[in-house]
Amino acid sequence: MAKELRLMKGNEAIAEAAIRAGADGYFGYPITPQSEVLEYLMAQKPYERTGMVVLQAESEVAAINMVYGGAACGKKVMTSSSSPGISLKQEGISYMAGAELPCLILNVVRGGPGLGTIQPSQSDYNQSVKGGGHGDYKLVVLAPASVQEMYDFVEKGFALSFKYRTPCLVLADGIIGQMMEKVELSDEKPRWTQEEVIKNSPWATTGKTANRERNIITSLNLESSVQEEHNIHLQKKYKKMEEDVMCEELNCDDAEYLFVAFGSASRICQKAMDVARAKGIKVGLVRPITLSPFPNKILRKYADKVKGMLSVEMNAGQMVEDIRLATQFRTKVEHFGRMGGIIPTPSEVVQALEQKIIGG
Amino acid sequence: MTEEIIIAGFGGQGVLSMGKILAYSGIMQDQEVSWMPSYGPEMRGGTANVTVILSDERISSPVINEFDTAIILNQQSMDKFEKSVKPGGLLLYDPNGITKHPTRKDIQIYQVEAAEESAKTESGKTFNMIVLGAFLKLKPIVKMDNVIKGLKKSLPTRHHNLIPINEQAITKGMEVVKKYS
Repeated sequence: MAKELRLMKGNEAIAEAAIRAGADGYFGYPITPQSEVLEYLMAQKPYERTGMVVLQAESEVAAINMVYGGAACGKKVMTSSSSPGISLKQEGISYMAGAELPCLILNVVRGGPGLGTIQPSQSDYNQSVKGGGHGDYKLVVLAPASVQEMYDFVEKGFALSFKYRTPCLVLADGIIGQMMEKVELSDEKPRWTQEEVIKNSPWATTGKTANRERNIITSLNLESSVQEEHNIHLQKKYKKMEEDVMCEELNCDDAEYLFVAFGSASRICQKAMDVARAKGIKVGLVRPITLSPFPNKILRKYADKVKGMLSVEMNAGQMVEDIRLATQFRTKVEHFGRMGGIIPTPSEVVQALEQKIIGG
Repeated sequence: MTEEIIIAGFGGQGVLSMGKILAYSGIMQDQEVSWMPSYGPEMRGGTANVTVILSDERISSPVINEFDTAIILNQQSMDKFEKSVKPGGLLLYDPNGITKHPTRKDIQIYQVEAAEESAKTESGKTFNMIVLGAFLKLKPIVKMDNVIKGLKKSLPTRHHNLIPINEQAITKGMEVVKKYS
């Protein structure tokens, strides 16, 4: 059968992907620039066909707690929001990490702090990769750079989330959410049957049977020694996540300099790379696809090969700290970014490379 | 081939849907496409614009600051985007409501009286397709049968009866486009 191609917004693609990945539920609350996720699902009415629940909750806090409930039953559930709404969800996310529950969370980032702006930004990087809520925990964080990846990362995200029993956060932004690109759709997969849920998630609260212990889903442990054991277990799990690092390397073989950028900033850097190479500057691009786990080894490999790296982010300089740690200060690492919903232009990026790295 | 286009005008002129039809037409002939709108409060009655890129190669940045073609449909957009056309590029505009005409000498400038032509038609709603026709006459980057396929994909099925009217409007745009300088 010929592949099915559609022109879709990033927000629509992730919603369509959820239906086709056999998701059991979506719980959300509208906020610009991601409202199309909920709108699209409501228009498609998957509850009439696959049985997937789509619910507009009374608030972001309610939505994330509905996700907690669905996940505790072993279901594939998700939510989406944009920056201020994701802040509201942090308590629930921390509880889910503590209770080891899988789910998919989409953040279509807008500029902050506070209500900020509705225009695109990447200023929630730190919140996404360094906790966000309280306690020592990590999420799997995927950074799509195209509408196709918004689509593909639903299935990928659910898979990683169930593998590690920790929430997976898809860190997009207003560009990826609002723009339309060509998307190749996959065939629809049926939702898990209850037998499959029990088999895939033997830890879930699916109804106690005589032949097993009680499954208890909680993040509360008043006995400190037990809670420390739990933390050690979580940390081992987060360490193991490193085997799933994903990263794209473009034009790195002969590169004297590197752009490091994720999501839509990496698209701008691709253009900047073409402009710079036309001027004779040998620059490559490293695009972390998983922000957590971070591609430390890949960046460390280039630290001794290149003369410098420019971290291009739509924020005040957040990922740049992780690049400096990964490269152990063995090469010059600087940051260039715009804030508050302003999108850097390719020519600005090239200028920053020339001034901060090559000439600096 | 890569064509980087900005379409800019008032919300309600069909700027975004014209861009969508163009992008879908590109998909129909196996091109890579991107469609990046301005979004937010400016959509409601104010200015609206969309950047459309069609290319034979993987598209890098969907957000760009200079364009091969600017299709300009109001004065505010003229003020903002005339300077963003690449040297040698194309500026296509509807003179209706334009008080300060473009002055650049290093670009190709064409006019299409789309508002006037649209008002003459029975439906009066084919303004954006007349503009699209004018553009395709100047830069035939997508084939007409792919535009029709693109229209079919963009319009909901209940509006497919309007496709012949849209096709006529595209043809009209091809006829009435004229060089300004």
